[in-house]
Amino acid sequence: MTPSSPALRRHERREQMLVLALLSPALAVVAALLVVPLAWLAVQSVTSDGAFTLEHYRRFLTEDIYWRSFLLTFRIALTVTVLAVLLGYPVAYAAATLPRRWSVVVLGLVILPFWTSVLVRAYAWMVLLQRRGLVNGMLQGLGLTDQPIALINNEFGTVLATLHILLPFMVLPLYATMQRIPRDLMLAGASLGGGPLHVFLRVFLPLSMPGVVAGTVLVFVLALGFYITPELLGGGRTFMVSMLVSRNVEIYNQWGAASAIGVVLLVCVAALFWLASRVVPLERIMGAR
Amino acid sequence: MASLLRWTALACLLGTAAPALAAEQITFVSQGGAYQQAQTKAILDPAAKALGITINQDSAPDAWPVIRTQGATGKPTWDVVDTPTQDCVRGGKAGLIEKLDFSKIPNAAAIPASYKTEYSVPYEFYSSVLAYNKSKYGKNPPQGWADFWDVKKFPGARALRNHPLATLEAALMADGVAPDKLYPLDVDRAFRKLEAIKPHISVWWTSGGQSALLIQGGEVDMEMMWNGRVSAVMEAGADADYTYNQGILQNTSLCILKNAPNLATAVKFVNEAIDPKLQANLPLNIPYGPGNPAAFDTGIIPAALAAKLPSAPDNAKKQAVLSAEWWTSEAGEAALKRWADFVQKK
Repeated sequence: MTPSSPALRRHERREQMLVLALLSPALAVVAALLVVPLAWLAVQSVTSDGAFTLEHYRRFLTEDIYWRSFLLTFRIALTVTVLAVLLGYPVAYAAATLPRRWSVVVLGLVILPFWTSVLVRAYAWMVLLQRRGLVNGMLQGLGLTDQPIALINNEFGTVLATLHILLPFMVLPLYATMQRIPRDLMLAGASLGGGPLHVFLRVFLPLSMPGVVAGTVLVFVLALGFYITPELLGGGRTFMVSMLVSRNVEIYNQWGAASAIGVVLLVCVAALFWLASRVVPLERIMGAR
Repeated sequence: MASLLRWTALACLLGTAAPALAAEQITFVSQGGAYQQAQTKAILDPAAKALGITINQDSAPDAWPVIRTQGATGKPTWDVVDTPTQDCVRGGKAGLIEKLDFSKIPNAAAIPASYKTEYSVPYEFYSSVLAYNKSKYGKNPPQGWADFWDVKKFPGARALRNHPLATLEAALMADGVAPDKLYPLDVDRAFRKLEAIKPHISVWWTSGGQSALLIQGGEVDMEMMWNGRVSAVMEAGADADYTYNQGILQNTSLCILKNAPNLATAVKFVNEAIDPKLQANLPLNIPYGPGNPAAFDTGIIPAALAAKLPSAPDNAKKQAVLSAEWWTSEAGEAALKRWADFVQKK
């Protein structure tokens, strides 16, 4: 191609305009449905009866219920993320290394629960884990416990159900990354005298780290905003940030306070993304390419 | 293809033209689901026919945020809302809900004053009752909130709603306050009493479906729940029962949005919707009590059914009536704020 040719340059400009024209509906939608509401949220968080105020943010310093909710939310999100890495890594590894036929089965099992609504899955866990539920019945039937154990209506139930919902968000980026790791590298490692564990730790694991970071960010950020699951499986005591937002709107009619919580959570998430993007480029996290 | 297009265009034209052709119309909003279907049959369709108007329906499980948003624009699209009374009252205080002109609503005359507010008329009654596992307590079931609080005499797992409304009332009745002497609530006393039962509450439930599953699946042995929900699980064969004794009688009300697009028609509709005959139709379709007690004198509701309804006179006198006025007062708002802190603290 000779970019100096004026005809070609004209063509290129036309193409750029075309791309922009094609993009503009999407940009308009993003602006209307995301940018404007977020800006409105930010404005609402610093106004009360039409006047500027930092009252809604002052609560973070004075009311410890806010702190406790944020601490609990980050603790649950962290627990879920760590467990998701531990559980998701072997699954993704299996899917990436097994013969095609089996890897399809593994991936299918990972994706299948995606087709069931979060609400239905929450109720399913309630049926399974309640005091006279299937799991407790089995434990008692086997003589492992003589009293029902509290499996739901606490933090444990919340973590378990959240983990179940978010696991695919860990497995899929991991799988995408692992699949691109050339198998020859493992053979090369082995031919240089490395045992299987050594090759895995020195070659495969470092190469799969982008997938781990991508999955971690996705799961952590999504877990921070979970609402229905803790609402139904937390027994009313697992009071996460999303519930704080909804209480402020529904019961206390405090839209400014609710907005401020949303803004603070958004800032936390943005900071996390920024930190993560310094390790792995953002497009890699989002596209898991 | 061309003909399909033509028909679609025609249908669209008709669709927009039809409501315009009808003389008058309103947009009515309720909470959706089986409840809205039942009222459509019992009240909305007959009212539309009687008044010769078109009733467009919308539904919102929680109408309050929408009332507030529509009010902020000054140009609401809804006319009449069926929502818990406190939404009508706090909306009225905030200038989002019209004050009712009762001279234009003659059907409201038969309704007791404690059920009405200047912004609303009662539409349908439900109750927060004490439900329990039937075989667990056998011949000696809990009979009131004092029994619910008595963990020695009535051992077992318990649940309450994760909301102060009706829960504070129950705590005060457990502490010996008479059902008709509750208001203004002694909030400190109520929270002290709740602290005492807190260690024995295994679930603070948030949705009605959840409360049903708790008693049906045996997760708890007794809980406060809505009478419609207990009836439903009992009909489904659950080992449960309940008492109206010391139940907290609550109702949804009809109210009209400020600057409603069809204000005059909306007022006519509100009057028609609380007509004793239409109101009597409601329990035939869903086990909720009519908002207008005159419905029980129409002879439409069979005695056996009336005995199960929360607002039937015999049941109503065992219960406390929730005061929407108090809950929307400053003290009520303060109690609401205190709740989150109470539930979250270990």
